[in-house]
Amino acid sequence: MIGIEHYIVVSTILFVLGVLGIFLNRKNIIIILMAIELILLAVNINMVAFSAFLGDLVGQVFAMFILTVAAAEAAIGLAILMVYFRGRGTIAVDDANRMKG
Amino acid sequence: MSFASSIYLTGAEIGLSVAALVLLLVTAWTGRAATRMITIAAVAALVGALVFTLSLPNDGVAANAWNGLIRIDGFALFAKSLIYLATIACLIVAPHYFEKRGGYRGEYAVLMLFNAVGMGIMVSAADLMALYVGLELSSLASYVLAAFVRDNTKSSEAGLKYFILGGLASGIILYGVSLVYGFSGTTSYDGIRAAFTADFSTGAMFGVVFVLAGMAFKIAAVPFHMWTPDVYEGAPTPVTAFFASAPKVAAVAMLVRMATGPFGGQIAAWQQIVIFAALASIVVGALGAIGQANLKRLLAYSSINNVGFILIGLAAATPQGVSGVLVYLSIYVFMTIGSFVALLMLRDGEGNPLATFDDISGLSTTSPALAWCLLALMFSLAGIPPLFGFWGKFVVFQAAVQADMIALAAIGIAASVIGAFYYIKFVKVMFFDEPKGAAPAKAPVSHWVVLGLSVLVISPLGYLLTPWLGNLADAAAQALFYAA
Repeated sequence: MIGIEHYIVVSTILFVLGVLGIFLNRKNIIIILMAIELILLAVNINMVAFSAFLGDLVGQVFAMFILTVAAAEAAIGLAILMVYFRGRGTIAVDDANRMKG
Repeated sequence: MSFASSIYLTGAEIGLSVAALVLLLVTAWTGRAATRMITIAAVAALVGALVFTLSLPNDGVAANAWNGLIRIDGFALFAKSLIYLATIACLIVAPHYFEKRGGYRGEYAVLMLFNAVGMGIMVSAADLMALYVGLELSSLASYVLAAFVRDNTKSSEAGLKYFILGGLASGIILYGVSLVYGFSGTTSYDGIRAAFTADFSTGAMFGVVFVLAGMAFKIAAVPFHMWTPDVYEGAPTPVTAFFASAPKVAAVAMLVRMATGPFGGQIAAWQQIVIFAALASIVVGALGAIGQANLKRLLAYSSINNVGFILIGLAAATPQGVSGVLVYLSIYVFMTIGSFVALLMLRDGEGNPLATFDDISGLSTTSPALAWCLLALMFSLAGIPPLFGFWGKFVVFQAAVQADMIALAAIGIAASVIGAFYYIKFVKVMFFDEPKGAAPAKAPVSHWVVLGLSVLVISPLGYLLTPWLGNLADAAAQALFYAA
């Protein structure tokens, strides 16, 4: 029987993978955008699972909001990435070093 | 609450949204021809929102709008007034900066308006869903603003870094929110408070920690501060002034409402975290600034340092503490906007910024008025008594002492002495070093007006405001604890 715990475990794994994807990835920034997306989807699994478990619709409505905002966020992220690429000619993570830090 | 009263209570947000959408269409239609008119219209909309916010009844009774998604109380009105004021100041100084670089477009004003709407929702949200939408509206507009100068690689790099780390912070908050929802069964602040008071499990604890960590990201508290210096340095200076003022007020207000509202029944769960973040921010902010040559990076560390002092007020977890946070925030907004506008005015004849300590050496001979203004601002940021910045530090430390956190206050005061080092370095370089670079060019009147008003507020004359400001802040803090 699949219970609420299984869903939470899956979403936790996805969330951790997303965070690691941001910090361990040394290749390119598109992967970071995918990692952010992964984090938001991990949250959505949580939301929908809790919603079904509690018998409360609010979680599913919240999941809809998250999906919408995730789309807007991806659009803005890609737009900024385009501007950055036009200026620098690269999207490698290690090249984002015009300022120290 | 009826539909009409909901519309009335959120009138400022609705008005600003409509204004922003209309101006967005106008920008798309007219191209670059009408940018100045659009900026003026945006300022007018913000002034309207400010006046409307001040006119809402503020009688100590919290009013709910939209079925409890939004709560309008003294706290929300205080924070919103401050946010609109800071946004207006940052909008007024922007056109001249961008026009010199040929990159001013009407979208700038539109993004500021959307940002203001998002921040207004953030500070008055009484439900996690409203909070999330407001937070993202404000953040998404901020990412674009940071990357606004498209042909400048530093600006787009700042935008990219802000986007990635801001997105991560939102993700962390959201993950915490999902856990809080799962373990309390509701997204309304009051419901969460009731559920957590009855039963506070480990999972709920994880949720609280995630939410607070994400919010620490948004207010740039240590250990989640690493994006701040890069973003502040790379973003265009008017945008940096904005980031350091209005969104910071909004994020702190959101954090305070969250900590005292839904998590208010479990103060022990978050107090340790806030104490750690406060002390770490004060120390890292002070030490990190010492080696910096770039003035914007230095002010970024200074803002981290200031967030530490603000968190001391929250760590006290009392109405006095929250009132201290609000007083500190009000003074901080004027100090920050003043210092960044002063930086904005520091540019040579060709419009290149005078961005390092070498550039401003001997400023007292080349531009005495500006040097004296900066002197007042820096001493105020350092918290040296005759100036108003001292009062902000005084009230938060007083709240900490009254809450029996004498060790916290003592360490904070000791660490603030470290911070005084680099503020005084500013003064030393301006007044006692020989001029090396070019003298700053003449600055426009709008910059002088904003700078003059900020300096006036943080001057000893500011103490005339203390009874009024203190009463407002006390009432605002009471509203928060009344609701809880």
